Amino acid sequence: MSASVRPVQLFRNLNAKIAAIPMILTALVIFVGCSFWTIFYSFTNSKLLPKLKFVGIDQYERLWASNRWLISIENLAIYGFCTLVFSLLIGFLLAALLDQKIRFENTFRSILLYPFALSFIVTGLVWQWVLNPQFGIQKIVRDLGFESFTFDPLYNPDIVIYGVLIAGLWQGTGLIMCLMLAGIRGIDQEIWKAARIDGIKTWKTYVFIVIPMMRPIFITSLVIIASQIVRVYDLVVAQTGGGPGIASEVPAKYVYDFLFLNQNLGQGFAASTMMLVTVAIVIVPWAYLEFGRRKHG
Amino acid sequence: MADGTLSPAPGAAAEPLREPRGPKPRKRFSRRNIFIYGTLIFVSAYYLLPLYVMVATSLKGMPEIRIGNIFAPPLEITFQPWVKAWSEACTGLNCDGLSRGFWNSVRITVPSVLISIVVASINGYALANWRFKGADIFFTILIVGAFIPYQVMIYPIVIVLREIGLYGSVWGLVIVHTIFGMPILTLLFRNYFTSIPEELFRAARVDGAGFWGIYFKIMLPMALPIFVVAIILQVTGIWNDFLFGVIYTKPDTYPMTVQLNNIVNSVQGVKEYNVNMAATILTGLVPLVIYFVSGKLFVRGIAEGAVKG
Repeated sequence: MSASVRPVQLFRNLNAKIAAIPMILTALVIFVGCSFWTIFYSFTNSKLLPKLKFVGIDQYERLWASNRWLISIENLAIYGFCTLVFSLLIGFLLAALLDQKIRFENTFRSILLYPFALSFIVTGLVWQWVLNPQFGIQKIVRDLGFESFTFDPLYNPDIVIYGVLIAGLWQGTGLIMCLMLAGIRGIDQEIWKAARIDGIKTWKTYVFIVIPMMRPIFITSLVIIASQIVRVYDLVVAQTGGGPGIASEVPAKYVYDFLFLNQNLGQGFAASTMMLVTVAIVIVPWAYLEFGRRKHG
Repeated sequence: MADGTLSPAPGAAAEPLREPRGPKPRKRFSRRNIFIYGTLIFVSAYYLLPLYVMVATSLKGMPEIRIGNIFAPPLEITFQPWVKAWSEACTGLNCDGLSRGFWNSVRITVPSVLISIVVASINGYALANWRFKGADIFFTILIVGAFIPYQVMIYPIVIVLREIGLYGSVWGLVIVHTIFGMPILTLLFRNYFTSIPEELFRAARVDGAGFWGIYFKIMLPMALPIFVVAIILQVTGIWNDFLFGVIYTKPDTYPMTVQLNNIVNSVQGVKEYNVNMAATILTGLVPLVIYFVSGKLFVRGIAEGAVKG
């Protein structure tokens, strides 16, 4: 096309650009703009309304001096570590069991995955009820004759986060199992045959051959679990409301409460910025390994 | 495929492998089978337990709940708790039950699902077939943005919505769902459209079809399965949302999950566990029905959704 007037770059492929406007707006205004806005305002002492009165890292100092924030972080660390370990472990074991060419595989898989369809609110409320010491598991064991049996995680500040963990694992392991099963199925049957000919035990084949080959699936699962953990909010709100006292607080709830209940915006912004930093610590090395390597390799 | 010789695992984890010589007769009650099925049945029972407890509790009267335990089956079945949860349960001053939340959720979910999918599918199509300069940069930001904790962005979005007069309304929430559904949906559609043979697209171009012509006449009909996956993903995701609902709507327009939480965790009055459980099931019913009806497609949806993280 040798038109006398050079077509303006901006109008080439115009329809595609119009179609991409929502994406461009979301990317720039929400993901970049709003994130930087929050980080920017976390250095101010905004209270009820955002104000541009800078106080340096005051909000962060206050944040890390706050007992509630420290408890939130500790809870997130415990919850996060246990969720990672147990969902990967249970998810893989269940997937390996389902992989044994069993009958009713679809039925078992449906049962193990259905909690994932439920919201965290529903999950939290159900487990609040099951773990209720007056009517739930504790009562049943006591009725069996063990009068002094105590199992009241939701009312014991020391272990309440494990009560939340039980519910979280119930809801989430099905997904990991599904991913793992897809991973196991993706492995070449020839490898199984070779391992059998060499007389390698089944569990050894799983541990030393299958798991290393499933590295991408494990990393994907890891990233999924990690990014979900940081966001854990609904579950705690529904199951414990952060209680007893502040024993089961989590960072996401800290942010929400300071932004919308305590009217202390600066503090909420600082806390959410810390959450962003936490995610970045997990995601950046992963992204670098996954995508950086792919380009060179 | 139930060929014994091909079966990869003659021994379960705890059992040593016997040397396989020739086709081994398959015993129905081998130790391996008992171990596998035993474990699976035990785990399944554990996973089903909360569902059973919910249903059982919701069918009991309060006196029966107080004297018994939660695992006991209901002796006198009553549907009163369900009626009360649906039309009488109180949140604050409103006593018209969960039905209000249900209809709010419908009014939120339907437009959110439609708009987010339309936007994302056109977007994915543009990214796959009509690449323009800079598209990759925005797409990368979009995908990386999916990992940013929502807490970082919620307050600025409140300000934006307030400025355009949509804060507290259903449509404000619809916009929020469209925004946060975009990374995963765009990825889903982009990958699908990329997998459609390029020749098809070129042939349509030669025939003079334009951007929208190709989208509506070729891509849309071919992408129906992925649309179903996207719908399942979005309906369950938006129905189950709590955080955005509680932030961007007012008590009158609260979605079902928020109202449920307010009913069950309200501090005033006597706790009516049977009503609470009936309300909980009612809220979980929509995604559960979708899950059991859609079956494999749901698994596919979450597997593809999960890959983005």
